[in-house]
Parts: sequence; C-alpha cells; structure tokens
Amino acid sequence: MALSRLASSSSRSADLLKPLCSAISLRRPISTDTTPITVETSVPFTSHQCDTPSRSVQTNAKELFTFFRDLALMRRMEIAADSLYKAKLIRGFCHLYDGQEAVAVGMEAAITKKDCIITAYRDHCTFVARGGTLLEVFSELMGRQAGCSRGKGGSMHFYKKDSNFYGGHGIVGAQVPLGCGLAFAQKYSKDEAVTFALYGDGAANQGQLFEALNIS
Amino acid sequence: MERDLRVCVMGEDVGHYGGSYKVTKGLAKKFGDLRVLDTPIAENSFTGMGIGAAMTGLRPVVEGMNMGFLLLAFNQISNNCGMLHYTSGGQFTIPIVIRGPGGVGRQLGAEHSQRLESYFQSIPGIQMVACSTPYNAKGLMKAAIRSENPVILFEHVLLYNLKERIPDEDYICNLEEAEMVRPGEHVTILTYSRMRYHVMQAAKTLVNKGYDPEVIDIRSLKPFDLYTIGNSVKKTHRVLIVEECMRTGGIGASLIAAITENFNDYLDAPIMCLSSQDVPTPYAGTLEEVTVVQPAQIVTAVEQLCQ
Repeated sequence: MALSRLASSSSRSADLLKPLCSAISLRRPISTDTTPITVETSVPFTSHQCDTPSRSVQTNAKELFTFFRDLALMRRMEIAADSLYKAKLIRGFCHLYDGQEAVAVGMEAAITKKDCIITAYRDHCTFVARGGTLLEVFSELMGRQAGCSRGKGGSMHFYKKDSNFYGGHGIVGAQVPLGCGLAFAQKYSKDEAVTFALYGDGAANQGQLFEALNIS
Repeated sequence: MERDLRVCVMGEDVGHYGGSYKVTKGLAKKFGDLRVLDTPIAENSFTGMGIGAAMTGLRPVVEGMNMGFLLLAFNQISNNCGMLHYTSGGQFTIPIVIRGPGGVGRQLGAEHSQRLESYFQSIPGIQMVACSTPYNAKGLMKAAIRSENPVILFEHVLLYNLKERIPDEDYICNLEEAEMVRPGEHVTILTYSRMRYHVMQAAKTLVNKGYDPEVIDIRSLKPFDLYTIGNSVKKTHRVLIVEECMRTGGIGASLIAAITENFNDYLDAPIMCLSSQDVPTPYAGTLEEVTVVQPAQIVTAVEQLCQ
C-alpha cells in the first residue's frame, strides 16, 4: 500500500518535472545548447617564473549547466552533512567543502580520470567530482557498509581507486609526500598524466611538504 | 607556572584558543604570548624547539593536539629528548614534559585514535606516565614539570569531562608509583587511563558475583611500579591486565614480561591480558566498540582466571 503510494507519487513528481523542462526548452533552449561562448575570467592571474594562462575560456551553455548542477549538488550535499553532524548521526570529524565547490568542479573539467588527485581531509566534494555517488558519501559518513571505505574510514578517508582519487587524509600535510609518490610512479611508468596534490595553509607549515616540493 | 618562571607551554592552539581541549584555558591571558606559545602545525619543529629550550634550562610543556600527531616528532623525542642526557655524558638534562590526549575516542577515525604509549615505551631515557582522574592529573602534571627527566604524560580524549573535588593547594603524585584503586583478594587487575573505568564497571558486576578483585591503576608506564604490582601478585596469585593498547607490542606485553620475569613463582595461573584488536580503529561506532576492551569481557576473563 505504502509502496504503491510512493511509486505513484514519484511518477507524479516526474510528471511535474516534465512540463517544467519542456516549458524551459520551448522558451529558452539553454540546457542542450553547444554553441561556444567565450568567457573572460574576472580576476587576473599572478604568476611566478611562468606565463599566465589566457583569461578567455571557451565553454558552452550545456557545459555551464552541468557545472551548475554539480556545484548545486555538492552544496546541498555539504549542507545536508552539516545537519546530520549536528544531529549526531555523523560523529567524529566532518570537514565541509561548501564554498569551495568550484575548485573541484573546475579542476575536474580540465583534467581526465587518468590524472591523479590527492587531497587532505576536506574531501567530500572532490570525491563526488571524481565520480563518487551520494549514497557512497552518506553511507561512509554514517559508518555504513555501503560507504566508499565500507564505513571504516569516515569523513576524512574517502578514496576512489578506479578514478585515481587517492584520498582523504587526516594528518595535516601527510598527503603531499604521497602525491609526490603518485607523480613519481607516473614518471616511472611513463604515464603521460599528472598528479594534483592539494593542501591548505595549515599544511604549509609542515616540513614534509617542503621536502616533497624539493624532491619533485 | 607561577612558581617557576622557567616553565612555559608550547603547542597548537594552546594560547589564544585556550587549548583544543581547554587544558591551557586562560593561561595566555595571564602569562603572555611567549610563555604560552601558539605554534604552527609543525610538530617535528616545535617539539625539537622545546627540547632545545630544555637543554638550556627552560622547562617547556609541549602539547601534541592529539598524541598521534607526535609521530611526526618521533625523531626529536627519541634521539634528542631521550638520548641527549646520555650522549652528552650527563652535561644536558631535558626537563621537558610532552603531553597530549591519546586513545580511542568516539569515532574519531584510525589516525586520531592511536595509543602512542606502545611506540614510545622503547625509547631509552624517557619516563612515561598516564593520568586517569582529575586528582592524579594535577599531581602527575606537577611532578612531571618538576622532574629533571623528560616525561611523556598521556591524557585521554574521553576523560577530559571528568569532574572531581580536588585539593586547591600544591600536591604532587609520585611519577613512579601505581595507585591502589580497590584492594582485594582474588585477582590483581592492572590497568591505566580510560580502561580503569571499564575495569571499575566490571568490578561492580564481579563483586555482585562474589569475586573480590584488586584493581591497580599502574599510572607509571615506564618504569613499572613493580613494588606495588609485586606485592599484589604475592597476595592474589592471579593477574589480569586490561589495556587500550593493541595486542602486539603494547604496555600489556611489556608488563607480562616484567611480571613473569620477577614474580613467576607467585603465579597460580598464566597472566591474562585484554588489549585492543590489532587493527586500525574503524570509524563505524559498532566496529570501534568491538576493537576496544569492554566491561563484559573483563568479567568473563576474571571468571576464567579464577576457575
């Protein structure tokens, strides 16, 4: 009885969505438009011993719409995680990425899944950008088996090996030498890919970071 | 800090924030930014800095925000803190106190639930103590600061909220003495830090079942108080060790060796040791609970030991 009600309500909401989409597509066909748009970025780059990249970026409406969808999804995911944390359904640590989603989405748009990403403990959105599902995120945050680390890692230990996402690290700065290692392996195997090792201003105090830079 | 101007504190967020667990609350306001120093996130460096300062005669108290972070300072603690007194032929003493919260908390994840006492115990030249009550925390801290030796004081993440009426005046607890928590006749239960509370909870059940356990909080992890422990073994002839360290290479393992070496003739049964599982602490609450010793297991162990 309840299940049939759920099924009918979901079809009703699908019905609700359909006319809206079609209305938009009739009035303004933006979601599938692939005509190139040139965007000039607002803040100029500063560079150190290299040329600044060009400020004009080629994109199209469809791509921008996927960016927006991803950004909005990540934002809502983080806000939901915040509420769950305050309700004590997520315990321990929960470092949120809301406000920085554009970094993950923008980076992902420029690279492939063959390139490696490694980051610190603020990893929820980076994981999603690398192809993680919301189910895996929330299951992991709540310590369930369906989580990306089978509930054993928690907020700070999200990994996705098949799309070269190497985590998810709790100790400040410890991920940078690991990132150096990922790059070393890529050079060793002549992979033609790159590694992105992300860190924050706290990790900028760590000696191991500068050691890793030196080795790189 | 009032008594001795050479005592200073350094660590992450110890100053303006008052400490991540509020241990140094109000101190920066009272003693200033230099005596209560906020350090960057660079454990290897600021621990080394503390040791260097101690070599000249200052008495720093270095805080690791979590004991696990001190792994980054292991080289400094082992080679400099532990060994300099020896390698300099006694010229330098290192009157430093290295302290911080460790142990398994509530779903903090593997990296933030470590028990560093197992790793540090082999370092020659350092002394290790673990506090478990507000009373012995104050006493051991004062004793550690006044000691000329480098002391590592292990606090526990889950014990900061304990409340107890303690004397306002100056007192110290002997750094090398164990604490008799509950005298008894049937079995000696040796424990420390948070497991003391699990043991006392199990003791209530045991008393109802007719057993009379003697509970000793060993407090001194290095060196062991073999005098108190020995007297207890001679009385009860049965030993159960309950610890939060992992099975392999923990404090329990060393304690078993020490007791067997010295008091083997007084034992009626092999020593039993309950430790945490040899796994990284899982995040999931149900799994985390299983990796740590629970009161029910302690009761079963005593029953088994006293058969």
